[in-house]
Formats: sequence, structure tokens, C-alpha cells
Amino acid sequence: MEVPILKQGKFLIATFQAALSDADLNQLRVGLVRQVVKLRSQAVIVDVTAMDVMDSFASRTLREIAHMIRLRGAETVIVGIQPEVAFAMVQLGLTLEGVATALDLEEGLAYLNERFKPTN
Amino acid sequence: MAKRESSTQVATTRHSQAVNLASSEASSELLRELVAHLRQNRTQLREEWVSRIAETRLLTAMTKEEIFAEATSVYDSYVEALETETFEALQAYARNLSERIIPRGVETHEVVGIVLLLRDVLARSLFAKYQADFNKLNRILDAYEPAANRIANTVAVGFVQERERVIRQQQEAIRELSTPVLQVRERLLILPIIGVIDPQRARQLTEQLLRGIRTNRAKVVVIDITGVAAMDATVANHLVQTVEASRLLGATVIVTGLSPEIAQTLVTIGVDLGKMNTVGDLQGGIEQAERLLGYKVIPSTEPR
Amino acid sequence: MPAGDAEVPISSDQEIVVARQKGRAMAMELGFSSVDATLIATAISELARNIVSYARSGKILLRRVQGSSRVGILVVASDEGPGIPDVQQALRDGFSTSGSLGLGLPGVRRLMDEFTITSQPGRGTTVTVKKWKQ
Repeated sequence: MEVPILKQGKFLIATFQAALSDADLNQLRVGLVRQVVKLRSQAVIVDVTAMDVMDSFASRTLREIAHMIRLRGAETVIVGIQPEVAFAMVQLGLTLEGVATALDLEEGLAYLNERFKPTN
Repeated sequence: MAKRESSTQVATTRHSQAVNLASSEASSELLRELVAHLRQNRTQLREEWVSRIAETRLLTAMTKEEIFAEATSVYDSYVEALETETFEALQAYARNLSERIIPRGVETHEVVGIVLLLRDVLARSLFAKYQADFNKLNRILDAYEPAANRIANTVAVGFVQERERVIRQQQEAIRELSTPVLQVRERLLILPIIGVIDPQRARQLTEQLLRGIRTNRAKVVVIDITGVAAMDATVANHLVQTVEASRLLGATVIVTGLSPEIAQTLVTIGVDLGKMNTVGDLQGGIEQAERLLGYKVIPSTEPR
Repeated sequence: MPAGDAEVPISSDQEIVVARQKGRAMAMELGFSSVDATLIATAISELARNIVSYARSGKILLRRVQGSSRVGILVVASDEGPGIPDVQQALRDGFSTSGSLGLGLPGVRRLMDEFTITSQPGRGTTVTVKKWKQ
């Protein structure tokens, strides 16, 4: 399944779809890191609005993506986790600890723009 | 020894299976016959039923036209259930019907009453038709009764289930009203919790809060538990989960009014209070929230 | 198979998605709230994932169940894999899936209303969970 990765200035926006298989997630992990390096992005926003279930594998993959992107000197923000999905995740003990989160794409961009604001 | 017994058992089972098959074939045929009779006499039987309903003063909340319309659907569903010997369609219809008539104030005894009346009306018409042949009448009734009883059961249970669902919904609405999530400022929500929280209410609070965070685009939430006397481990867990889930939606949670007892409960279940954002009282919590949101607190004496 | 049952063979990660989508659909049909349907789908995802990770193949059975005054959904995840040597340990909280090893069973138990597990080393594992519609 193709996941669209858009470039927005110095940021990348990856929009995850609903029924991603493990293989898809693995491909994404590799692909995203590659793009970050190639385009010298400062940050990646991973939009999971369409994901109706976030299980342990998805959660682990997101944390690994954030980790690998951090190793390349960039940041990751996960946005769009739905209230019900968040509820289910915490029951399973999946807290995405150590990964920045924001409500949606708009908030994610606001957060990053603030972070990477040129200091006077 | 065991072998011989088991072969006898097999023979007996086969025989009773054959008997069952024969009798179920016969009863299917009888059912077909009586379904045909019920269809042929539909108009007259339905009218008889509707007048019996009026006589016994059931469904007073509905108009004559409405009763007639529903009676037609019920009659047809009834006969169809008899014919197909399946009850899913009837169940679905019963739920549908209940959804419509419960808001009108129709009660359980009325629904059970009218279904039993229909069963009687139809049974009597079968008596009338087959009274000359006593044996046949018996067989027809043998075929009719279990199906008719199951129909009455299905409709009654469907109605009761729908009623219970409505009551639960109403209770939920009441609970929701009694636990407001307040938007105090832009991006700041306050959830004051008062009284006793059981796990069900705790879970409902979490759901409400998460929805509120999304609707109000809140970045900070202040959960005030000053009014909560005690919390058991289950509810304390819910609180922790609420904090974690809120973060997944990009919101920071500040817990205020944490009593020493509750703090102890949290520590007991393994919560690292150092990692939880806690402030003594609600006022302090709101101030910290405003700081987090970047609001500057301007003293009134500052010149403009 | 009784009408209304759905059985999903699990042998690869693709079927994890199938199983949980079927579970969500059945839950919605039964009238579960959207939140509960998500909890059910998540639990199914974890159970299916365990089968793939530890047993290579197995199956997930989804069934509507009737209580005295309520309906619910039954999920049976079974496999003939190596089994769990220490079930008590696996059920202890703290054995969560956010770590490297972990079957997420305590989490699945929290997501559902009823939970039973039988496992025999060398013979396989069966996890049975139920959720009732409120």
C-alpha cells in the first residue's frame, strides 16, 4: 500500500492509511528514514488519523521510526490519534513514551514551526 | 461390552432421528397449510385482531390508523416467521417497532398483550376451520403452538431489550450531565470530579474528556480531584490512563487536589508521581496551565 | 458453522488486519458503541498477532453470543504452537507489549469483559474472550 509522503518546507508529512499490514509498516519505516536523509528534513509528521486500530506492532513501529529519525538529527511528531484509539492503546499499555504527539496536522505544524522558529 | 452398547445406542439414535425427520416433515407440511390459511384470511383475521385490541383497551397511546398500520406489519411478520421458521427478521422488526413505540409511551404489558391476542385470534380461526377433524386439529395445533410461542417470546424479549437500552441511554445521559468538561479558556479544559467514582463512571469520564480534547482542541487539561474522597486501585488506574491517553491527543494534564491518601494509592499501584504533573489546588493548576499555554498574567497596575 | 460465526485462519500478518476488521464489523452490527468496537478490534489484533509471532498459524473464531438480557461478542484465538510455559507469568501485569517480549495478555484482558486461557507446552494455546454490549 502506498503511503503518501509530502514535503512541506523543511518538514515531511506522512499520512498513514487504515489497514496497513506489518509489511507495509516495515516498508514505511525504511522509506521515511531514507526520505529524511535525502531531503535533509528537520522533522516528520506522521498523521495516523485514518488508523482505526493501533496495536502493539504499530505502536512499536512508530517508536522505532521516531528513534531512527532522531538518530538522523530530525524530529518526529505523531498526530491524529483518535480518542477511541487512544483509549484502547492505554488499556494495552501502549503510551508512545518518548515520542511527541499533537492533536492533528495543524497542531503538529504549529508545534514544529515554534520549535524551529529562527531565533533573533 | 462397551462396543455392543454403543452399537445399540447408534441404532436407537438413528431410529429417533428417522422419527424426528418424519415428524418434522409432517409438521412442516402442516405449517405450510396453516400459513396458507392465515394468508387467505388475512384481512378478516387482522380486523378481528384490531377490534380485540380496542376492546381490551391496549395501545391507548396510539391512534386507530397507527394501530391498523402496525397491526398489518405485525400480522405479516408473524405469518412470515411461521412460514420460514426463522426468527431473525421478526427480531429485527420487533426491535424496530419497539424503537418507534417506546417514545410514545407504550408499555411492556401492552406489547405482550397484543401478541397474545393475535395468537388467540389465529388459534381460534384454526379451531373453526379444523373442528370437524379432531386428529387433524391436534396435529395442526402441535405444529402451530411451538412456533406461536416462540414468536410471542421473540417480540416480547425484543421489546424489553429495547426498553432496557433506552433506560441505559438515559442513565448515561444523566451521568454525562453530572460530569461536565468545562472549557474555561481557549485550549484549556477543566474537569472537576466530585463525589464517588466507580470504574464505570471513571471510564465514562475518560471518554468524555478525550472527546472534549478533540472538540475543543485543548492543549492543557486540569483534572481537579479535590472533591474525591478516596479512590481504589482500579479507579486510580483509570486516572493514570486518562493522563496517558490525553497526551496521545497532544494535551498535557495537570492533576490538582491530590489528597495524601490518593497519592498513596497511586504510589501503591506503581505510579511515579514525579512524572505526573500535580499541583496542590485548582487555582494553582489553572495558573500553571496558563503559563504552559503562554498566557502572560498582567497585573492590573501595569501601565498600558 | 452456525450462522453468524466467522472464522479467520491466521498464518501471516495480512490476516491480522482481516480478523480485526471482521471483528469490528461484527461488533458494529451487534450495536456496540464505536469505542467498544475499537477495543474489540484492538484485542483481536493482539491475539492474532500472538498467533503469528509465536505459533506461525492458528485461527480466530468470532461469534455472536446471547446472555440473559444482553448480547455480546465471543472471540476464540487458538493455535497449535509451542504453548506458553508459564501462563501465570504471562498474565501478570507489567508483562506488557511495549517491551520486547510480551504477549500483551494483561492488556487484552483489560480490553474485554471476560478472559480465559488454556495453554499446554507443545500442544498449543487457546484464548477465549468476550465483551458484552452495555
